[in-house]
Amino acid sequence: MSMNRRAFLKTTGAGLMAAAFPVSLVKLAFGGEGSIPDFTFGYISDAHIQQIKGTQFVRNWDMGLIRAVREANLLTPRPDFFMFGGDLAQLGKKEELDHGLEIMSNLRGKVRYVIGEHDYYLDLGKYWQEKIGPLYYSFDHKGVHFVVLNSILTYDKWTYETWPSPMDRMLAMARLDNPKGSPFMVGDQQIAWLKKDLAKIKQNTPVVVFSHSPIQKIFKPWNFWTQDAEKVQALLKPFEKATVIYGHVHQIQYNQIGNITFQAVMATAWPWPYPESYSQLANCLPKITVPMNRADPFFERDATGWQFVDMKSGKTAIHYQLPDNQNRTVAYDAATGKPQDMKYQDYSRRIPPQTHF
Amino acid sequence: MKTFSSFLKVILGATAVIFLACTAFAAPVGLPPVPVPADNPMTPEKIKLGDKLFHDTRFSTTGEVSCATCHDSKKGFADGLPVSEGIHKLKGTRNAPTIINAAYLHTQFWDGREPSLESQSGQPFLNPVEMGLKDHEPILKIVRSDPEYLALFKEAFGKTGDQVTMTEVKQALGTFERTIISGDSPFDRYYFKGDKTAMSPAAIRGLDVYVNQGRCVSCHRIEQTQALFTDNRFHMIGVSSNQMPKNLDELSAAVQNVKEKGTDIAVLSNPQTSSLGRFAVTGDLTNIGAFKTPTLRNIELTAPYMHDGSHKTLEEVVTFYNNGGRLKETDPVPELLSGGIRPLNLTEEQQADLVAFLKALTSPEFAPKKP
Repeated sequence: MSMNRRAFLKTTGAGLMAAAFPVSLVKLAFGGEGSIPDFTFGYISDAHIQQIKGTQFVRNWDMGLIRAVREANLLTPRPDFFMFGGDLAQLGKKEELDHGLEIMSNLRGKVRYVIGEHDYYLDLGKYWQEKIGPLYYSFDHKGVHFVVLNSILTYDKWTYETWPSPMDRMLAMARLDNPKGSPFMVGDQQIAWLKKDLAKIKQNTPVVVFSHSPIQKIFKPWNFWTQDAEKVQALLKPFEKATVIYGHVHQIQYNQIGNITFQAVMATAWPWPYPESYSQLANCLPKITVPMNRADPFFERDATGWQFVDMKSGKTAIHYQLPDNQNRTVAYDAATGKPQDMKYQDYSRRIPPQTHF
Repeated sequence: MKTFSSFLKVILGATAVIFLACTAFAAPVGLPPVPVPADNPMTPEKIKLGDKLFHDTRFSTTGEVSCATCHDSKKGFADGLPVSEGIHKLKGTRNAPTIINAAYLHTQFWDGREPSLESQSGQPFLNPVEMGLKDHEPILKIVRSDPEYLALFKEAFGKTGDQVTMTEVKQALGTFERTIISGDSPFDRYYFKGDKTAMSPAAIRGLDVYVNQGRCVSCHRIEQTQALFTDNRFHMIGVSSNQMPKNLDELSAAVQNVKEKGTDIAVLSNPQTSSLGRFAVTGDLTNIGAFKTPTLRNIELTAPYMHDGSHKTLEEVVTFYNNGGRLKETDPVPELLSGGIRPLNLTEEQQADLVAFLKALTSPEFAPKKP
């Protein structure tokens, strides 16, 4: 079952050759040469649609999501489905969710949603459940078991007993480096559900978990963190192939913990620096992650983007679509048992920082 | 007042002296030294030869079209048309960019598909809607036999007859174009020389709009000691967005068109393919509908505007930017619009001042004669 390394390299070669053409047209232009994934799904995340007043919304965030949808509609052949990775809204308002859903409605294909803290902490997911659906659920597709978690919960005391109003609570959770903040968690109730859900699944079935926050601990002040990550990881441990794909961090990250592969997806809204830039505090950015090159502030879309994910033999290859930057592919490599950047993993091949004058 | 031809003679004379001293020759106020490629140094002989080639109509199938047809010195080295007309009045899809100061650009053509003046200069001869030749042979036939050219190529390159190839033809054209340099506008005298009377009060207010609320300077750059009014980059600003491929099938067809015909012929023969802009060169999704930032020097002389000549006046251009990449506020916002393009909320007076400023970018040798 392990991925044939030679076939894998061949695919990469075709990818490089096709680099002069848009990904969406790769197969069109080159007749789909190279190894073919079992299936592909698209992933858009962290749009942060923000209402200014009335029908006025922050234009830059709108345009980021609109561009991702427009580009994703050019994918050919069509992906089997799309995921939205959370933080559709900035402050959880109905208007923001409605406006975001309106833009997302132009996406051709079925979309499933993951909830983010910016969608949740105003009404605790009430409007989300009315308009979009449950906050955690699972589904199966072509032999892969997918689980969507609501990983942005926190202590009940913080949620229910601390804030004078729902908007105060929302604003507190939206603020990074907040001394009055609280770490994300999946919570025992959902973990019990997950345990039950996974009990039905054979251990050789590939499992892919979608969450908003990383189900690993990277940097607490920015909630690149899930407090009870180890409990979720323990439930994934028995599976031969387990993958966690998360949003929230607005940057490329990837890691391998035991059998579990972790991969982050990009935001359409804005770039976020790597935690190492905050040098006062230690961070646990995975060592294997090749960080993105610094965003060029001239290009407002640089260091944002969207991605599509090839599923092959139960493991993922994420193709990051990065406007005004070099697209990247981070794929699980069966030979090393880790995800790696298909072009820039080797230190000598990394993209040098952009120069300015 | 100097006529243009006498001005050119002055330039040629000055060049002849200065190029001997340095590889990049001196430039007027507001402009940096002209970059000259190491393998094609400036010489008076090459300039003279390039001048003749530039104006020679025999290099078209009809014998009526030369480089100067669309790059007319009397029309700001452009042609005053929305899109250029070649042999038999055939129309392309793009507005003739001025040759003035083209020597400074990092890439040539609206989509930057050629890296240099030399490589650019060979293409219009072969485009079916420009000069229409099947290949460069008819040009070589003339330059290898015409007595005047025999002498000029001998002087410029020490080559004659079959020794002359398109390389020398293109080098001579590039060299001539590197002499079409023009600065010293009222803005240059105001900004770089401190002459506070050089610009009108309206133009001075317009400069403030240009660098602040109008945000024009982000792409049309003004720097500490010089101003090329371009960032040499490509941006999707919303022009002709209604011509862009509407779905994957149309985009695929346009890409196929580029692959079959080559970029030069594909983009000038089909408005939808043309609308791909820089994408037709790079295949990068970010570049769909993105075109090169043109210089604004002598902009008053080169109406109509934009890559497709779709804006008739500078007022229209300013309205377009003020509405965030739309002529009418009610037009839809193009989906792939560059984020730098957004409504500016300029007042009518600010917009008029901005136009006054743009008109202060005209160099004296091109300035319309005052009655």
